[in-house]
Amino acid sequence: MKGTWELINANEAAAHAARLARVKVIPIYPITPQTMIVEVIEEFIVKGMMNAEYMRVESEHSAMAAAIGASSAGVRTFTATASQGLLYMHEVLHWAAGSRLPIGMAVVNRAVGPPWNIHADHQDAISQRDTGWMEFFVSSSQEALDSILIMYKVAENSKVLLPFMVCMDAFILSHTHMPVNIPDQEDVDSFLPEYRPPHWSLDPDNPVDMGNLTMPEEEYMEMRWSIERGMKNAREVFRETSDEFYRIFGRRYGMVHSYKVEDAEHIIVTSGTLASEAEVAVDNMRRNGRKVGLLKISLFRPFPQEETRTILSKARTLTVIDRSYSFGYGGPLAMEIRSVLYDLDERPKLVSYVAGLGGRDVTYKDIEKMVLHSEKEKGKRMVTYWYGLKERIRSSGFEEVI
Amino acid sequence: MPLTVKDLMKMEGAYLPGSAACPGCGLSLSFRIASRVLGKNTVYVVPACCFSVVQSPMPLTSIKAPLLNIAFAAAAAAASGIKRAYETLNKDINVVVWAGDGGTADIGLQALSGAAERNENIIYVCYDNEAYMNTGIQRSGATPRGAWTRTTLKGKEEPKKNVPMIVAAHKAPYVATASVGYPFDLIRKFEKALSIKGFRYIHLLSPCPPGWGIDSSTTVEIAKLATDTYFFPLYEVENGKLRITVKPPKRRPLKDYLSVQGRFRHLSDEEIERMEKEAINWWNHLLEMEKMESIL
Ligand code: SF4
Repeated sequence: MKGTWELINANEAAAHAARLARVKVIPIYPITPQTMIVEVIEEFIVKGMMNAEYMRVESEHSAMAAAIGASSAGVRTFTATASQGLLYMHEVLHWAAGSRLPIGMAVVNRAVGPPWNIHADHQDAISQRDTGWMEFFVSSSQEALDSILIMYKVAENSKVLLPFMVCMDAFILSHTHMPVNIPDQEDVDSFLPEYRPPHWSLDPDNPVDMGNLTMPEEEYMEMRWSIERGMKNAREVFRETSDEFYRIFGRRYGMVHSYKVEDAEHIIVTSGTLASEAEVAVDNMRRNGRKVGLLKISLFRPFPQEETRTILSKARTLTVIDRSYSFGYGGPLAMEIRSVLYDLDERPKLVSYVAGLGGRDVTYKDIEKMVLHSEKEKGKRMVTYWYGLKERIRSSGFEEVI
Repeated sequence: MPLTVKDLMKMEGAYLPGSAACPGCGLSLSFRIASRVLGKNTVYVVPACCFSVVQSPMPLTSIKAPLLNIAFAAAAAAASGIKRAYETLNKDINVVVWAGDGGTADIGLQALSGAAERNENIIYVCYDNEAYMNTGIQRSGATPRGAWTRTTLKGKEEPKKNVPMIVAAHKAPYVATASVGYPFDLIRKFEKALSIKGFRYIHLLSPCPPGWGIDSSTTVEIAKLATDTYFFPLYEVENGKLRITVKPPKRRPLKDYLSVQGRFRHLSDEEIERMEKEAINWWNHLLEMEKMESIL
């Protein structure tokens, strides 16, 4: 295999991806546990390993606004954030997608306050579900690096033209060192050529007025529809792009990642590092004769509906584990999976769990317990079970607490 | 050689006829003049404000220049990003924010301060109509004391936020106030801004007939009165050196300015007197600062 091997964490991997993608403008604002990404990028620039405008802006809102400006001027743009920072960007995330700008961002998934908590939790990214950003969740440093390169190419495709975030769990990935193959620059250059906006950019020779007021009977609804077209196309473009990536770099990524699902009667569905832990649970339970498999949802937006349905339809029971929550309803991933299965004549039993909020540890043993619990559960209930709450709450008789 | 009206007529602006502005709009007047000075090699960034509407609804536009509309609080940051991108492309293009006072003094102040502190190489223009006019006349941080708005029915109690001085305190290389009442002073300031590198800020007084309760034919006259009464002095701060650029030969009583505007009609003589004192104080303060080598 080409490239060089380094022992790095996902933060460093994301910084390498920005360097290899030859990103031109990087507006940054520090937030734990993302800060290392932008510090490493600064180091790359100072050492002459990277040539980019580094903007030390005064907030995440401005970081995203500056990224919008830079991308509008026609260059590849990158930033990184987490938690409150991502929430603070929310308004301008919509603006980026609505302006059809293929901005790239690393999101280190961290809990949102109050109370303050800097640990792994998907609430930040899941809360941006409807902004028009593509969201890709990873479970290793290698995947963080590779998926940023893949997603730039998907995002900049003329059939897509939407921004993306690559989401990685706080500390479990951002601060854990793993061996990573760092691709050679020339290979990345041939995979990901310089960005040239195919749709619009701010150019005095070809003036465009972007985003001015629109009346109900004019283009507003059409522009919203075009975002959905981009999302729809992104699934196909992702397949082609990841094939091309595989041909050059020898590593294959899907919108979903399945593990031992072929003969599985029971499938665990989750994302991020919970999926890595679930692989251990699968192996363990298989040793005890249980036919368990795993489906990791990597691409959360656009949601891989067909892939998910095809794989899950053959199972008898599903254990869906979320690391975030939609208050007043349940686990966000479970909601998606339920609706994906709705059209089937015969649907597997689905049991929904929320676990690991604010970085609470979830081991393979916990996952096994959820699997066993869902075996016994009757299903067809819209309950999301809260797993791992303190004994005080567990013993007080709430039906959704296990 | 200073520009004349004839020169100006020959220059191409970015403002096309048929915009959606109210008649007598100070913003339109100042943009029409300034865009001629700024020239074709200019990109505009506009946050939420009257100018978002004045552009006319899509698919039409009355602006013949590249223009990025952006969220309310984000103009200075977006413009900075554009300029940095041009730098990587070796393109020398003017990037100009054209923002209202709400997007400058209130919700956009943080991004403005950030861009000024980083000395981003952009021109930031605040056209100050002294309230949220686009939403139907609500008070902003830039609304002067005493002014009626729909959220200060008894007149605003607090003084106007002094944004140009706030920006000057960032040691921005160029800060100026300007007004459609003194168009040649305005033109010179845009010319000067173009000749300087770094963060440049121009605070433009832009009378608003519906918001101020004035006749649409009196925009220029009233803007002129604002300066002649010391209510809105015209000055510039270049690398710390302050210069008053328009010194009215004789100060007019503030009443002349206030009494012709609906928004000040309720003021008592005592209140006017107090406001006049404030204006004279500030003017004297400016005179003192003018004597200094540097005000920073
Ligand atoms: S409301 Fe005032 S500032 Fe806005 S367009 Fe009308 S005159 Fe101009």
